Amino acid sequence: MPAAIETQELTKDFLVGFWRPRPYRALDGLTLSIEAGEVFGFLGPNGAGKSTTLKLLLQLIYPTNGTARILGKPAGEVEVRRRIGYLPENPYFYDDLTAEEVLSYFASLFGLRGADVARRVSTVLDDVGIAAERRMRLRGFSKGMLQRVGLAQAILNEPDVLFLDEPMSGLDPIGRRQVRDLILSLRQRGCTVFFSSHILPDAEALCSRVAIVVQGRLVANGAVSEIAEFQLTGWELVAADVNESLRSSIAGRARKVTSIGAGRFVIDLPPEVGPDRVLAELAAGGAHIVSLNPHRETLEDYFIRQVSAAAPRQTGID
Amino acid sequence: MRAMVLVAGAVFRESVRDRVPYSMVMFAILLMAASYAISQLTAGQDMKIIKDLGLASMSVFGMLIAVFLGIGLVSKEVERKSIFALLAKPVTRTQFVLGKYLGLVATLVINLAVMTLAFYAVLAFMDLTAGPEKLVWPAPALDPRLLIAILLIIAEVAVVTAVALFFSTFSSPLLSALLTLGLWTAGHFGSDLRNFGTVVDSAPMIAIARVLYYVLPNLAPFDVKAEVVHGFPVAARHVAYTLAYGGLYAGVLLTAAVAIFRRRDFK
Repeated sequence: MPAAIETQELTKDFLVGFWRPRPYRALDGLTLSIEAGEVFGFLGPNGAGKSTTLKLLLQLIYPTNGTARILGKPAGEVEVRRRIGYLPENPYFYDDLTAEEVLSYFASLFGLRGADVARRVSTVLDDVGIAAERRMRLRGFSKGMLQRVGLAQAILNEPDVLFLDEPMSGLDPIGRRQVRDLILSLRQRGCTVFFSSHILPDAEALCSRVAIVVQGRLVANGAVSEIAEFQLTGWELVAADVNESLRSSIAGRARKVTSIGAGRFVIDLPPEVGPDRVLAELAAGGAHIVSLNPHRETLEDYFIRQVSAAAPRQTGID
Repeated sequence: MRAMVLVAGAVFRESVRDRVPYSMVMFAILLMAASYAISQLTAGQDMKIIKDLGLASMSVFGMLIAVFLGIGLVSKEVERKSIFALLAKPVTRTQFVLGKYLGLVATLVINLAVMTLAFYAVLAFMDLTAGPEKLVWPAPALDPRLLIAILLIIAEVAVVTAVALFFSTFSSPLLSALLTLGLWTAGHFGSDLRNFGTVVDSAPMIAIARVLYYVLPNLAPFDVKAEVVHGFPVAARHVAYTLAYGGLYAGVLLTAAVAIFRRRDFK
């Protein structure tokens, strides 16, 4: 079975400058493979190449080098577009049409006709929570409402692969929760979701896998769990009835031992000191274990570290 | 084919809600009505003036609607980025460009049809209220040959729409408007370019004028107002050749517009 999304050395240069245009590399040799049914988070700071990648996958722009395939076929083929959905960043539609008209127009482009169009449009308007505004012209819509129209048009055709560019942008907390639920329900249906985002907790909660792109280059790619496991930063152990000899014995191996009163201590262990021996020692010394928690680097910590480590961007290409 | 018709339908729906064509159609109708008042001041010339002003209003306002809607057809979609969601649907870029063109031409035909009805209403009123001066009219008030002039106005407007759409695929709305209006103006002086050699001796200038004559749209043959107003016949061959020329010119421009649009990156 082919990968849902596959890129090989995908590269894009833009010409910048008016009098003497010079190439500017927005994306540099991106190679990715995303399996069907994955929720894939594509992360990166502003200007990292996230939207460029999405536009290349949708053939809104053409690659300078490399290839992109979706569902086993070259990206941009009409047959591929029948099976995908796309929410652009800050979506914008036709001011003088209503939400219902825009969605009916797009539904017809997917080959739906007559009553099927009306039925499908009603369903997606309900899904994104703007059924009451269906007959309002888009001119009067707020940014958040337009984002919901954007989401509605992206799922009209019940896509096999869904591309979301900053899907939480402009949404209030309720809207964000609805989008999270929507992505989870799409995943249950077997839809592959590729989304770019700045909001890392959302990516951490939703994605099976993430990639981080910085200055057009892929700097990390893997399961969220692998990245988090690899980046274990220590253990926090809370124990009660710890006597003085136990405390001084453990203090030599801990980063810090803090008394919280009534014979209770918070013991901060470095990652290289496994908690098993300390737990056994505490138990043998008559102490009671209250809690044990691993301290792991969050996706946000990891992201900031990767972005900070990247070399400054070159302005042009030699 | 269906996708192209759907794109055309969306252009039509959006255009009929735009205020620009409404105001232009209203202005044209007002001008036709005003021509009735003007004609009262000119004994014996009244019918000619009404017909002349009526057809000129249709030609100029039809062209203005074509320019003002045509220049934004593609560039507005690109500027506002509404094109992103649309081109991610099963629509080819060729279908998108041709659908846009057909949608605007359909809008223009409806606008010109409304103007035609208003024009014939003014002429019918004139016919009913006229006295013995009817005898000196060069042609009947409700002369069906007026429809030939209107058909050629529609064809000319369709060419102007293709010009505006062509520029719209690669330049800003303002530049597209200036270039289209420039070509429309130059297009009415085609015979002057062809006969440039009779007034200038410079061979390179004559060659440039000759190239421009073939490259620029020749819009003069679309204007048969004078013949129709004076009751002269318009040869069927002239109408057929002019329509064929308009179709060919618009076809070449649309082919070029599609070729440019298919290669464009939408950043």
